[in-house]
Amino acid sequence: MEMRTLHVKINGRDYQVPDGSTILEAASAYANIEIPTLCYLEGISEEGACGVCVVDVKGTRNLPRACLTKVSEGMEIWTNTARVREARKINVELLLANHPTDCFTCERTENCDLRDLASELGVREVEFPRTRTEWLPIDNTSLSLVRDPNKCILCRRCVNVCAKVQSVYAIDIAGRGSNSTVSTFLNEGLGNVECVNCGQCLLVCPTGALTERSEIPDVWKVLGDPDKIVVVETAPAVRVAIGEEFGMPDGTQATGKMAAALRSLGFNKVFDTDFSADLTIMEEGFELIGRIKNGGTLPLITSCSPGWIKFAETFFPGVLDYVSSCKSPQQMFGTVTKTYWAEKMGFDPRKIVVVSVMPCTAKKFEKERPEMKTAFHYWQEKMSLKDEEAFNDVDFVLTTREAARMIREAGIDFANLPDEDFDKPLGESSGAGVIFGATGGVMEAALRTAYEVLTRKSLPRLDFEDVRGLEGMKSATIDIDGTPLRVAIANGLGNARILIEEVQKGESPYQFIEIMTCPGGCLGGGGQPLSNNPDIKKRRAEAIYREDAGKPIRKSHENPEIQEIYKDFLGEPNSEKAHHLLHTTYHDRSGE
Amino acid sequence: MIRNQLLICAGGACITSGEKSVKDVLVEELAKNGIQDEVQIIETGCMGACDLGPIVVVYPEGTFYQKVTPQNAGPIVSEHLVKGRVVSGLLYRQPTSETRAQTREEISFYTLQVKRVLRNCGVIDPLSIEEYIARDGYFGLGKALEIGPDAIIQTIQESGLRGRGGAGFPTGIKWKAARDASGSPKYVVCNGDEGDPGAFMDRSVLEGDPHSVIEAMVIAGFAIGAATGYVYVRAEYPLAIERLEVALTRAREYGFLGRNILGSGFDFDIEIRIGAGAFVCGEETALLRSIEGKRGMPSAKPPFPAQAGLWGKPTLINNVETYANVPPILINGAEWFRSVGTAKSPGTKVFALAGKVQNTGLVEVPMGTTLRELVFDIGGGIPGGKAFKGAQTGGPSGGIITADYLDMPIDFDSVKELGTIMGSGGLIILDEDNCMVDVAKFYLAFTVDESCGKCTPCREGTKQMYQIMERITDGKGTPNDIGKLKTLGRVIQQTSLCGLGQSAPNPVLSTIRFFPDEYRAHIEDRKCPAHACLHLLTYSVVSEKCVGCTACARQCPVQAITGQVKKAHVIDQATCIKCGSCYEVCRFDAILKE
Repeated sequence: MEMRTLHVKINGRDYQVPDGSTILEAASAYANIEIPTLCYLEGISEEGACGVCVVDVKGTRNLPRACLTKVSEGMEIWTNTARVREARKINVELLLANHPTDCFTCERTENCDLRDLASELGVREVEFPRTRTEWLPIDNTSLSLVRDPNKCILCRRCVNVCAKVQSVYAIDIAGRGSNSTVSTFLNEGLGNVECVNCGQCLLVCPTGALTERSEIPDVWKVLGDPDKIVVVETAPAVRVAIGEEFGMPDGTQATGKMAAALRSLGFNKVFDTDFSADLTIMEEGFELIGRIKNGGTLPLITSCSPGWIKFAETFFPGVLDYVSSCKSPQQMFGTVTKTYWAEKMGFDPRKIVVVSVMPCTAKKFEKERPEMKTAFHYWQEKMSLKDEEAFNDVDFVLTTREAARMIREAGIDFANLPDEDFDKPLGESSGAGVIFGATGGVMEAALRTAYEVLTRKSLPRLDFEDVRGLEGMKSATIDIDGTPLRVAIANGLGNARILIEEVQKGESPYQFIEIMTCPGGCLGGGGQPLSNNPDIKKRRAEAIYREDAGKPIRKSHENPEIQEIYKDFLGEPNSEKAHHLLHTTYHDRSGE
Repeated sequence: MIRNQLLICAGGACITSGEKSVKDVLVEELAKNGIQDEVQIIETGCMGACDLGPIVVVYPEGTFYQKVTPQNAGPIVSEHLVKGRVVSGLLYRQPTSETRAQTREEISFYTLQVKRVLRNCGVIDPLSIEEYIARDGYFGLGKALEIGPDAIIQTIQESGLRGRGGAGFPTGIKWKAARDASGSPKYVVCNGDEGDPGAFMDRSVLEGDPHSVIEAMVIAGFAIGAATGYVYVRAEYPLAIERLEVALTRAREYGFLGRNILGSGFDFDIEIRIGAGAFVCGEETALLRSIEGKRGMPSAKPPFPAQAGLWGKPTLINNVETYANVPPILINGAEWFRSVGTAKSPGTKVFALAGKVQNTGLVEVPMGTTLRELVFDIGGGIPGGKAFKGAQTGGPSGGIITADYLDMPIDFDSVKELGTIMGSGGLIILDEDNCMVDVAKFYLAFTVDESCGKCTPCREGTKQMYQIMERITDGKGTPNDIGKLKTLGRVIQQTSLCGLGQSAPNPVLSTIRFFPDEYRAHIEDRKCPAHACLHLLTYSVVSEKCVGCTACARQCPVQAITGQVKKAHVIDQATCIKCGSCYEVCRFDAILKE
């Protein structure tokens, strides 16, 4: 169908714009006018709550919202009249009247949408007094996220992302009028409800109302402790995003600078979660092969994404048998560091501190799961450790943003650092481990290994283009030497829900499903730098695939360090020891 | 053989003032006199004259007994029905003379009204579908099914009927938009979430004539091509819900609802949805969300409900009174409808008359009736010989019509020019004792409370306005407060998402416009000319008048008054809480209130 064109006037000039455009879109695309917005998020939060994007339209008494109002034939739009400027300014002032003024110490001090907007609109004084009579308690119940309702301006972006993108519905508006707040079920706090800790709410929050639970002070403390052996692991998606925090172009591969910066912070060893991603592929790939060969439960569903795991435990306990028993790369890393590496180096595991840098807020929750003390159990008998000496496999989780903050605090000129390598042995990885950071990456990495193991042939082409791309759901049929393998990929839990409902009904046509909690996969995780670039995920994904293409080894089973850990320590993939150390269990949270 | 009928008003107000006990006494008396088989008791919907309740009307004479109590009801049977003697003590006393009115036709409160919407209220038993049918009920539906959707919509359009919910949008255009909209299924919704303080027009229609709304909704469903209707009634109207439920059951039994209505092949049924106490759910988009089971919050229009309403489907939503107008239009035609009212606002309007007026209650008058006719001819004027100051229309969304406009014909457009709105029909009469700043503050407090909180201007702006109003009535106003109120009011009007917010500043802006001196007196002189704002009030003893009776000192709850017996007393201003008890108790006019 051909798109009809409408004739409109914007600020006195004639434009032809496609039918169906909003005033906001038309002004931006055709008149080079960026109408300010605050609550609007294209396709996700289109409610017109804030009242900032108002414009003057000839013939209307009120000021319509540019974000919601569609252009019509002959419409005459004025984006900058006195009453428009007055209305925008007053609506922002009304929000500021009740907003805390602790901007100096706010986590969002450098990138607060509200502050930017106030500055853009020339708000130099807030004429209105505070009307709220009390300060609301901060929600500290979550292991991943902190909510400060006092900084909330009720834009509803978080509510809409949680509901529409993630289909989790952990937060909604409670109370009425000037008493309304964003709240959880019975105001129990994020830690006590169905929240999966994905942090997508934080990414869209225009103020400092949502932040990660920071572990920076803990990490500084251990870095300063000479008795500790502090190692850091970095997830694949971090290296293609952390550069943004230092003004580097979007999609910069900052792997070498990141390694250098972390070493400069004082970490004793700079390792790579990509190593344990390769390990995950060995375990999960062989689990898939086993299930296919032995007629096991199919489809096999990936388990790397802790938000997805809690989502399944909460909403779909019936599908937990389908989910791979493999721990996530972060957790496998912690375990092998405190068992294999400790043993190899002759270190007391109690002295090793594992810090992970993750694009993710849910990882902070994951590391605290009671199952994730495998290394302690491994050593308990050998070293006759008491129960109260129990330690986590992973001690601290920093988001990409937190890591960048530490680097800034240490005065490290990140962008100009000479590139450095990861330390060995746990820093060695293949391209397959790298692509974990993008949606479809785990699938592709697993296919590279499964194909070769199943067929005993070398892959003719390494790139599985069918499983790449940022679409929310993808499916493909992979030809494994004549045997078709039907696979599907979902990123964003709203999309995952669709695939999983099929599995629950026993109607899934697939043998292997990859699920990532966040849109775009880990590269779009809740721990990543905040960005205003609508193409940011695309840029980061391109960088990830460039990183893969540049790797000398691109298949997990060909990583020599992986081969060595199996030879020296684990035995075979899915061996009893591997099961003991690298696999985990899930539990039904639907009644919680 | 029935020789007499006793109509007892069973409207909400009469029930509250003891209608059920009156009925019990009458039943008992009939049995005692052995005439229970000769006299039929019918409980009707609201008869309108709420301050005269409980009301009993004896037919066939039409004798109108008012303020009947269980104690004085007996003679209606023993005297009137048994002996044929009118109980003159229960008749209505004419305000201007000592004579008493025998029937409604002799009472100006009734004679000046034109009852179209309320045609059956107070006349028939709302629980009896037969009585509704006997009054031409469901004839409009029969005709509608005969002439078909296009002709129905044409008739409604030609009638010029405008939405009675407040905004006065042409009903026919709405119906046509819903008919023309693509998408199915379509829905018909009745907005019975009447929430303006003091308004009870829709309640009275639902309680007194539920079939008129049901019939209109079936007609609407047929006209736009819908099979399902919802009546959204606020939970505070249990009687309306109860009677509506009975009416729906009867209508189904008679084949006016359900499958193959009157053999036409058209299927339509109606469900009741009960609101949970949010004023904003009277706003149509919020109401639709509430029917869907979601939190009632408005969304921006367009899209209008006719395009994307309930569950995103085309939905026709009208107010109770609008629907009640529809069946007679179909029976009598568009011309008949236009025969009363004004050119642009034809038909009648029901008002809930309340406040400082002699006759409070429900009145229906032609559009274009003047405020003077409403307040003085029908309403009987202001009690206590006080001066009329203004009429508040449109509830918290409206403004004030002042004495200068008493002779202006009231219709949708004329009131708009005065910065107020017709609203759903709440009409609150204010006299010289009402402080306009205080009145505006009252309505603003209501909207602050009822704002859903979705959009910034309404959530935050009304609250800021309220704080300024509070400051002014506390005597702490500053000269630029009026300017701030105007600016905030303007931005809230222009940028709020729904009608609630867009109209929330109206009471304040309207009173600033018409009563600027009152605002100035509060701000500059720290005085409330109407003596209504507590913080601006002082009570003092006029020593020349005080005889030292000590009554005030004994009455004062905070011991602020001292003085010796037979000597002039003194009020300690620091202790006085301005409760006014001294003023009320003084028999010598020695307490000065200023």
